[in-house]
Amino acid sequence: MAIHNLYIFDRNGSLLFYHEWNRLKQSGMSREEEAKLMYGMLFSIKSFVSKISPLDLKKGFLSYKTNKYALHYLETPTGLKFVLNTDIHASEVRELMKKIYSQVYVEYIVKNPVCRLDEPIKSELFKEKLDELIKQSSYYTAKIA
Amino acid sequence: MSRAGTRVDAKKVNSELFTLTYGALVSQLMRDYENVEDVNKQLERMGYNIGIRLIEDFLAKTGSGRCYDFKDTAEKVQTAFRIYLGITPDITNWSPSGDEFSLQFESNPLTEFVELPDHCIGLKYCNVLTGVLRGAMEMVQMDISSVFVRDHLKGDSCTELRIKFIKRIEDAIPAGED
Repeated sequence: MAIHNLYIFDRNGSLLFYHEWNRLKQSGMSREEEAKLMYGMLFSIKSFVSKISPLDLKKGFLSYKTNKYALHYLETPTGLKFVLNTDIHASEVRELMKKIYSQVYVEYIVKNPVCRLDEPIKSELFKEKLDELIKQSSYYTAKIA
Repeated sequence: MSRAGTRVDAKKVNSELFTLTYGALVSQLMRDYENVEDVNKQLERMGYNIGIRLIEDFLAKTGSGRCYDFKDTAEKVQTAFRIYLGITPDITNWSPSGDEFSLQFESNPLTEFVELPDHCIGLKYCNVLTGVLRGAMEMVQMDISSVFVRDHLKGDSCTELRIKFIKRIEDAIPAGED
């Protein structure tokens, strides 16, 4: 099982943070372009899902899966968006994402007055704690085939 | 993680320390501005900046989702007061259209040892709270206004904060889409 990479977007769609752990294939474009593409897709999926749903939606779009990876999406009521790509067998990724939000983002960015909330995250402490949490999680493995 | 253990059961501090620190802040502002209107404004601004961060902590702690209606919002605000100030204000005086309500405080930890001197009659001592509410709500796409209509410190029987829903702030659309 593996965790590939993580994107964090703010409520306006700018990329606050990106980190990759196991990514064997790059997209072949700049990080900014890739982030725009990603955000655009998420935005479209979100509106697609809410329009096409035959029932009243509570949580909306949660994840999608291909034959190689799964994309997990968590949006807080404040519009902060977390996108975590894992392999298709990973379970309880949502719990992990909530932890990333409550135990890393809130603790080390929101509660750190020198970190602005609308700018890309530069805090080393944040990166360190995030890495710690990811590597602690049961489905992190250092290398995938 | 060193702070993980203290997260769920938030650090308890003596409310007197908080009360007195807030008192020091207000009296410093009074000295700096010498004009109660400016002090009111500064307190609101500070509150706003607190609110936009505090909401993230609140959401992470309670795991609450979006509100279905304004009544739901009112209850969540009540919960927030319990978490952060240890008081449970009453929700009263709903307007017929349901877009306005009041929070009534029996006691208020901010004003515990406070008496307003005569020259401060226009001072809204707890105005920081109105800013906190506005900032926090703005982050969850709600534009609200709040104002103190009754104040313990001014001889009223209780403190009443009136909250009015103005509008929903719409999501930003990424560039290039309509």
